[in-house]
Amino acid sequence: MDNKNKEVIDAIEAPIYLKYNFTAGLAPARFLSQLKQGVLTGQRCPKCDNVYVPPRGSCPACGVATEEEVVLGDKATVQSFTIVSIPIPGNPIQPPYIVANLVPDGANISFIHLMSECVNEEVRIGQRVTAIWKPKEEWDFAMDNIRYFKPLDEPDVPAELIGHLSVNGTEN
Amino acid sequence: MNIDICIVAFSQSACVAQAGAANEVELIMPQLEAVYSQVGISNAQDVDFVCSGSCDYLQGAAFAFVAGVDALGAVPPIQESHVEMDAAWALYEAVLKIRMGHAESALVYGFSKSSPGELPVVLSQQLDPYYLAPQWIDSISLAALQARLMLDKGIIKASDMAAVVAASRRCAMDNDKAQLAGQFSISDLLEEPEYVSPLRKADCSPISDGASAMIICTRSKAEEWQVPFVRLSGIDHRIETHNLGMRDLTTSHSTRLVAEALSIHNSSLDIAELYAPFSHQQIILEQALELQAETEINPSGGVLAGNLMMASGLSRVGEVFNRIVAGEAIRGLAHATSGPCLQHNLLAILESS
Amino acid sequence: MGELAAVVGIGQTKYASRRGDVSIAGLVREAAQNALEDADLSFKDIDAVVIGKAPDMFEGIVMPEIYLTDALGANGKPMLRVHTAGSVGGSTALVAASHVQSGTFKRVLTVTFEKQSESNAMWALSTPQPFSVHLNAGAGGYFAPIIREYIRRSNAPSDIGIKVAVKDRLHGARNPLSHLNLPNISHQEVEDSMMLWDPIRFLEACPSSDGACAMIIANKDLVSESPKPPAWILGGAMRSEPTIYAGRDEVNPRAGRDCAKDVYAQAGISDPRREFDCAEIYVPFSWYEPMWLENLGFADQGEGWRLTLDGATSLDEGGDIPWNCSGGVLSSNPIGASGMIRFAEAARQVRGDADQHQVEDARLALGHAYGGGAQFFSMWVVGANKP
Repeated sequence: MDNKNKEVIDAIEAPIYLKYNFTAGLAPARFLSQLKQGVLTGQRCPKCDNVYVPPRGSCPACGVATEEEVVLGDKATVQSFTIVSIPIPGNPIQPPYIVANLVPDGANISFIHLMSECVNEEVRIGQRVTAIWKPKEEWDFAMDNIRYFKPLDEPDVPAELIGHLSVNGTEN
Repeated sequence: MNIDICIVAFSQSACVAQAGAANEVELIMPQLEAVYSQVGISNAQDVDFVCSGSCDYLQGAAFAFVAGVDALGAVPPIQESHVEMDAAWALYEAVLKIRMGHAESALVYGFSKSSPGELPVVLSQQLDPYYLAPQWIDSISLAALQARLMLDKGIIKASDMAAVVAASRRCAMDNDKAQLAGQFSISDLLEEPEYVSPLRKADCSPISDGASAMIICTRSKAEEWQVPFVRLSGIDHRIETHNLGMRDLTTSHSTRLVAEALSIHNSSLDIAELYAPFSHQQIILEQALELQAETEINPSGGVLAGNLMMASGLSRVGEVFNRIVAGEAIRGLAHATSGPCLQHNLLAILESS
Repeated sequence: MGELAAVVGIGQTKYASRRGDVSIAGLVREAAQNALEDADLSFKDIDAVVIGKAPDMFEGIVMPEIYLTDALGANGKPMLRVHTAGSVGGSTALVAASHVQSGTFKRVLTVTFEKQSESNAMWALSTPQPFSVHLNAGAGGYFAPIIREYIRRSNAPSDIGIKVAVKDRLHGARNPLSHLNLPNISHQEVEDSMMLWDPIRFLEACPSSDGACAMIIANKDLVSESPKPPAWILGGAMRSEPTIYAGRDEVNPRAGRDCAKDVYAQAGISDPRREFDCAEIYVPFSWYEPMWLENLGFADQGEGWRLTLDGATSLDEGGDIPWNCSGGVLSSNPIGASGMIRFAEAARQVRGDADQHQVEDARLALGHAYGGGAQFFSMWVVGANKP
């Protein structure tokens, strides 16, 4: 009689596969179309004047629709950052790498992106960076047309001015 | 708590098969703007509480409801909550908030972007995750099982189901928000092939994208705003066992329980908006509610004409509200449902002021 | 305003990285039955059930209240499912309380849960969204830059986070339900642990746990039907703000400050540090203790870290305002339940029912939860004295 210890099965794997046809909203769609042309844009709130990037079609603070498109440059300021030790599936970037909150010149909020070509320990709040785009032929409707941001040789921005610079990098 | 809860505004988008390039914020904002202007306020800062209903799985994005907060103008911060259910239950939560004295007014909204996914398949994942969900039994198949039971028991005939559809399509011709409308005879409808037997395609509500919003408040707030209002004189809900084999699927036990709790049977109702995603389910609900001949059922066309999953329940309340405010009815009933084969049911009674 | 309500029963499950001995239904039922036993009641004494959990995408069950009706004795009763991201444990408690405070029901059961071993929270939190850069940052990656900005503003010594990590795990070692049981954890051990998202080290981050928490909330008229002293609900508040907006203070969110102000006003509190006997605060990453000490008004801006450094928040060091005596989120974290565990543990303290992690003679406690990008807040104040 077979009396081997039978392994108790107390769980099964039941994978879930669901297919979705994702559509970007109207405002994100315009933003992405511009990105495909290599242009980073934001949208201005008609009520509070702040420029949002990436735009989602409304100013969350005021609850009004945003329409006015603002072309932003490639330069940005580090609002904050972290050094990550966990790899990103499907991305060749090797840990430790920098994930930063960056405010592009002309915008009033930050978005999250990668930094590279930098010494991790020298990255700091207020540091100036510029976008490094993928080759034109690889551009798609995606934020990762910008491969990463790299440090610029420009003076740091004082903390209280981060998020308040105009499109050409001067104080608003 | 004896506070009169009043409904003062309602708006719903058109039910469309695909909203296309429209994110949550873009779907919700026009409806919010509509209810704000009905009452004369400018944004969510002007109400005391906001509650929404939605289901992330419809769009396939966790935290989709968080994006909805961006439509509200939540600076300064607001009192806001959310249920992962039809907005009719968000309405319920808002009613409790007002009854306990923590709010005099509330904004309630629900939104549906079901077109990105395959809704009936998504809903199969509502089922018991160990025994049923891995079998991927979709919501239409379950409803079909229920319809088969009713046919086999002789409770209904196929022509009864077709009659519900015909009435829906006909009423929907007067509803500019409806997705499916038209004049169809019962025999036209019976000529269509079966889809998931014994259901024909027309027996199933369509999949619709859209949003709806409502503002409720105390009577004194309604008087302060100087707007016409309808009293929400009762709201309640009940859920049944998840085990389909343990339920009599040909009746709606929980709907009957709520009807008894709200003393609906034998009361005078001019209209009833019933959330019946399948034609045979409307008959089940009519029977559980013991609706009399004088009650007009689904004058909007009901959800067979357009189904904003997660907002349709709130819309049923809104459709009754619209008609009472317009003077077309004095007392009406709205119903919302959730879960497979009418597992969870909510009823609301609305009366003119 | 409203009917007076109290917590008359509390039930929790043992928290662990994997509860292979129960299904999800079993997990929530365990907590519910523990709460009913604690209150000397049975399912038939419950008028309505309110459940809450984090996104459905974690375990992949769409609208789980539908599946859990039977496990929670909800057949033929009203059942509601609340979902406000990470603060859901707290919001669920508040919505459940509103069922009683509105006069609609006399006694309700509320349960929150997460079965993380049957889910993929990391994936659900960072699902690659089309058109966005996929950074797989997760919660830690999101909060680390904010913590860095706090350190810059406050000039806090760099090892404050380590002190919190040690303190909360030592507290957790007193709690037999705790997931992490690290009675010998040391400063060095935390400092040596792997840096994940600088400045958050592995041992400064919360674990991922299976667990459920339940409470029975009753109208004052029914309180005497349960044997243990009640925890009177003296105040409850929720606030939300958008995740991102120009000028948002992510380090000291306004929604948190406003929510605290509201709940303190309801409970008649003007000096939280001195008036509360203890607090259970949602701290999933160690540095959030000093940040929340400031956000909640226990310390002035820029000074929160001093309270931590001085041992004011430590039960073991005899601090005057112990925080997270249960071990907090840093010791057990079933995401959907964590907020309610804070609310429940605050209630346990004022019932004198917190066993080895009891603060002596605790009469007034704060429960706190937050979620999303730190934009959803829910809080309550519970007390031993009937108002």
